[in-house]
Amino acid sequence: MKKLDRHQIAARVARDIPEGAYVNLGIGLPTLVANHVPKDREIVLHSENGILGLGPKPVPGTEDDDLIDAGKSHATALPGASYFHHADSFGMIRGRHIDICVLGAFQVSATGDIANWHTGEPDAIPAVGGAMDLAAGAKQVFVTMEHLTKKGESKLVERCSYPLTGLGCVTRVYTDLAVIDIKADGLHLVEICAEGLGFEELQKLNGVPLKFKAAA
Amino acid sequence: MSLNVTSHVLVTAYAKRPKNPLGDNLPPMINKFFASAEAALADVPDGATVMIGGFGNAGMPAALIDCLIAQGAKELTVVNNNAGNADAGLAALIGAGRVRKIICSFPRQTDSWHFDKLYRAGKIALELVPQGTLAERIRAAGAGIGAFFTPTAFGTKLAEGKETRHIDGRDYVLEYPIHADYALIKADRADRWGNLAYRKTARNFGPIMASAAKCTVAQVRETVELGELDPELVVTPGIFVKRVVKLH
Repeated sequence: MKKLDRHQIAARVARDIPEGAYVNLGIGLPTLVANHVPKDREIVLHSENGILGLGPKPVPGTEDDDLIDAGKSHATALPGASYFHHADSFGMIRGRHIDICVLGAFQVSATGDIANWHTGEPDAIPAVGGAMDLAAGAKQVFVTMEHLTKKGESKLVERCSYPLTGLGCVTRVYTDLAVIDIKADGLHLVEICAEGLGFEELQKLNGVPLKFKAAA
Repeated sequence: MSLNVTSHVLVTAYAKRPKNPLGDNLPPMINKFFASAEAALADVPDGATVMIGGFGNAGMPAALIDCLIAQGAKELTVVNNNAGNADAGLAALIGAGRVRKIICSFPRQTDSWHFDKLYRAGKIALELVPQGTLAERIRAAGAGIGAFFTPTAFGTKLAEGKETRHIDGRDYVLEYPIHADYALIKADRADRWGNLAYRKTARNFGPIMASAAKCTVAQVRETVELGELDPELVVTPGIFVKRVVKLH
């Protein structure tokens, strides 16, 4: 079986982002999605620190300390960009104006709960940032993650064991093995991405039963 | 400062302000420019709640924070998105042991060692707030809102013990405003009425913190004459700002 790498997962997500979408990309793998959106497709990236129309990384030597993204990396603004304060920025998120946000996760449940902010270990310093606002507010929450933990356990689970970030909010999960929709009646396999992986084997690896309707 | 003072008191209190060009017997004019950060922060008492603008280092009023460290106020409650980066600015204030409690959304970073050390030693209290809820609680304080229901964090650890309500098919958590005694923010340009314009993503928490504090002190790159800031482009109207210091 050949699993997708990080860039291939990001490219797969990018395929599902339509023209004109307002999109927030989380830190880490989700950030890579921007690199894979076709040049002729116009989307508007939102960064919660107060910008719509986020552009690519600046050319070395042109960095501006007043222009950063949510990961605190130097950024650029595209023609058409706008700046706004933090309460407006999160008003856009909470007020259901952001079409899609893409987040990483430790676990996602069969009912769309997401856990991605805290391992729950007693000595860990908790930090949440904007994750709970994005989970609660975006119209669609896409999650990118490896399908299995290092120990081989499924990260798609019946019920999350890590502390929750949001309840019933994840709509689609992209892993190195498959794309899976989360609907009211459970998990629906959209497609298998890993080469040489069959439905039976994926079902065995996945922690929760998958529904699959072959294309007519 | 109350507006109900007699003209005599007004003249005394405003003695350092520019003379009114229309005549010496007329009240002096508004001037929120302060000559130094020291003068602008001289009255910050121990135990004050201080909002500090910035997201990471963008918009952080580093020179005002350095001045607050030198000023010596302690037992502070600080409101910021983070808990300091590396050794400068907010990290230095925390490292100097001046902060009793921090209200923030994202304290843990690769370079937040001053906070991490004090937190693990139990020497600093942490109120962890989702970033959007933090922003809205600050905005609510400035806008006179008594409390609000937000969907963020419902059903999570950060909503434990909080009042909730089911409204029109969704679950919400009750959140209260965060008021402050002082807000220390960074803007790009200001006039003597305290009107502020910002630069790029350095705006972040500046406008809402300015509205939520009793005394907002703005560190700016440039001061300009009245009228030089296009009224259409003023982001923080001067009503929210008490003191302005030009600093690099």
